[in-house]
Amino acid sequence: MAEEKKIRVLMAKPGLDGHDRGARVLTLGLRDEGMEVIYTGLRQSPEMIVQAAVQEDVDVVGLSCLSGAHKTLFPSVVEQLKSKGVEDVLIVGGGIIPKEDISFLKEKGINAIFGPGTSIKEIANYLKENVKRS
Amino acid sequence: MELVDSMLAGNEQSLARLITLVEREAFEVPEIMSRIYPSLGKAYSVGFTGPPGGGKSSLVDRLTAVIRGKGFSVGIIACDPSSPFSGGAVLGDRIRMQQHYLDKGVFIRSLATRDSRGGLSRAARGALKLMDAFGKDFVLVETVGVGQTELDIVDAADTTVVVLVPEAGDAIQTMKAGLLEIADIFVVNKADREGADSLVSELEKMLHQSPKQEWWDVPAMTTQAVNDIGTEELYQNIVSHREALEQTGRLALHRQRQRKGEFIQTIQHRLMARIMKLVETDGSMMASLEDVEKGKTDPYSASMEILTNKTLLHNWLAELEREN
Repeated sequence: MAEEKKIRVLMAKPGLDGHDRGARVLTLGLRDEGMEVIYTGLRQSPEMIVQAAVQEDVDVVGLSCLSGAHKTLFPSVVEQLKSKGVEDVLIVGGGIIPKEDISFLKEKGINAIFGPGTSIKEIANYLKENVKRS
Repeated sequence: MELVDSMLAGNEQSLARLITLVEREAFEVPEIMSRIYPSLGKAYSVGFTGPPGGGKSSLVDRLTAVIRGKGFSVGIIACDPSSPFSGGAVLGDRIRMQQHYLDKGVFIRSLATRDSRGGLSRAARGALKLMDAFGKDFVLVETVGVGQTELDIVDAADTTVVVLVPEAGDAIQTMKAGLLEIADIFVVNKADREGADSLVSELEKMLHQSPKQEWWDVPAMTTQAVNDIGTEELYQNIVSHREALEQTGRLALHRQRQRKGEFIQTIQHRLMARIMKLVETDGSMMASLEDVEKGKTDPYSASMEILTNKTLLHNWLAELEREN
């Protein structure tokens, strides 16, 4: 009984802000969309996130940041994943991200940014359509 | 297989990817398992089971620190339930284990139960084997929060630790069959709360009256995982149980039984999958399934119809020939 492909998502909070309501809402929402969501908790360094992403062999890394440090933290996660040879993971971000930062983040390898007000359905559909791994 | 070779050479990513293949029940799995077979049997596995919220993850976290302190490497398999409705899951055990995220000697993998009902993911045993082949000295397997009868862990672990909380019950509860019979070690966690000592004493009475076996006295102990109290003693109890198993030759017997069980379950699972696939591709058999659903035929005669169906066997053979 070959399992249908389950999308595995790592939901991570890099850096020092303590606001994880958004990450939690999304964790539950994506569960209800049939995904397996691993939540790693608050105050993660990029190293911790990357290590968890590797061990859990996820299809998606979701980064949530409300501290304003996204321009440092998000690219750092991308870099470290790359340096481990992990290129087939979809990396998306959310939180309080000013519009003018989005193109910078995309340049740095973040596949998509979902700001406040995005519906769970929209995010789930994006993930389903864009996971890189078969 | 390149992936297996690089895993055996110590590559964590390959280990992670192989576990995913086992989870997906990919067609490569039999080959993977036969390739790692010669490297198996070195890791010692410890199962943690008990009701939800009892502190299993925290206990595994603290015990991992103790084991690392002795210089051994650790693999952790943490199971959480899949939704029967959406098929999704929240895997939240890892969050209790953050102190080990950057430790190269610790590999943590969360598994959803998917369609398994016995408290463990079906992939847990495969993941355990992969971690064993990878070279982990200890593999700690945590079940989902269980009730009284999800006992799959016994078939996966060498030592089974049943984790309870002080409120778990009175003397009558301790007499019940199932969960409380499978413990090699009882832990009453969150022992700073009222009732821990009396639960331990009820467990001891039960164990005294109905000992599991003469070669091992099942200990009942208290811990406070969050305060790191009792974890060293827990480790010592695990070591003692391992010694008892080894000295009496029972570890080998236990693993023999596990292998037999796994063999039979693998056949059952694959057989069922195969039959259902054949049924689904045959119009007349789908029609009899529909009759069962609608209540027109009873399930017993319909199943006999399918099991003695010559077309099904014929298609099965044809499929086998195609595969070869």
